[in-house]
Amino acid sequence: MSELVQAHAVHRDDFGARLGMWLFLVTEMVLFGGLFIAYSYMRSTYPADFHHAGAELNATLGVTNTLVLLTSSLTVALSIVAIQRGDRLKSMAFLSASLLLGLTFLAIKATEWAAKFHHGLYPNAPHLATLPHGEQVFFGLYFTMTGLHGLHVIIGLGVLTYMLIQVARGRICQDRYVQLENAGLYWHLVDVIWIFLLPLFYLAA
Amino acid sequence: MSESALTSSAHDDGSVAHPGYGTFVKVWLALVILTGLLVLMSHFGQGSAVWGLLLITPVKAWLVFYFFMHLKYEGPLLKVVVLVTLGTMLIFFALLFSDVAFR
Repeated sequence: MSELVQAHAVHRDDFGARLGMWLFLVTEMVLFGGLFIAYSYMRSTYPADFHHAGAELNATLGVTNTLVLLTSSLTVALSIVAIQRGDRLKSMAFLSASLLLGLTFLAIKATEWAAKFHHGLYPNAPHLATLPHGEQVFFGLYFTMTGLHGLHVIIGLGVLTYMLIQVARGRICQDRYVQLENAGLYWHLVDVIWIFLLPLFYLAA
Repeated sequence: MSESALTSSAHDDGSVAHPGYGTFVKVWLALVILTGLLVLMSHFGQGSAVWGLLLITPVKAWLVFYFFMHLKYEGPLLKVVVLVTLGTMLIFFALLFSDVAFR
């Protein structure tokens, strides 16, 4: 009798867990949404400066990073399919692929920012202060938005690493994987934000 | 891939059908093609680039939300949560630009 009561005492609500995650993601959407609104207002105010400053960005790197992030999203989705089918090793392989792709994204981002810094383009740089006002605003938004996005990628990599460990330890398994689903939701949202950042900055010129 | 697109599993409420590997690979392929289209449109001048941004980007975001983020397979509550958020942001946009337009 007491064993039965104990078995029922473990509360589990996968839908509730996903709802909680979505509510958090909604606040993330509004956080970036505010920045998107700021961008669109500033672009309508300084169309020529945004066009000119956008030409400074390397569209090839932007597009490459888009493909890297889209693929990393795919492998996260596939790792969930694998765990649903009880294929732990495959799930771990897909998660590892996502981690590698996430690191690739950051490496490309770092190269790109390094080139900008080299050209005297970084927040509060003396060279930046000599540029037209609209271009200063463009680079301000560029560093804020891609920087905040990059921070999310770093956090996402930490979360996915933890998921990989949990799958390896068997804590995430075929009939208990809502943690992995929620980690995936976070990673996909980071992907969606980048989907918007690509045309706003890299294809603006 | 030989497996069927949908396999059922006794997950939380028992009746949920899970999509297979193939579904996600197809969605990824659509996303890659749309990205190519977006880049192509940006080469035909500023006007075309803006149309690409306004038309293709939301479709890409929808694909990720609907398939990768499993909204397709969720009940109405989560869909409503997302739609209310997007609607709120759209109202913010509209209010801002109605102000900007009449300065």
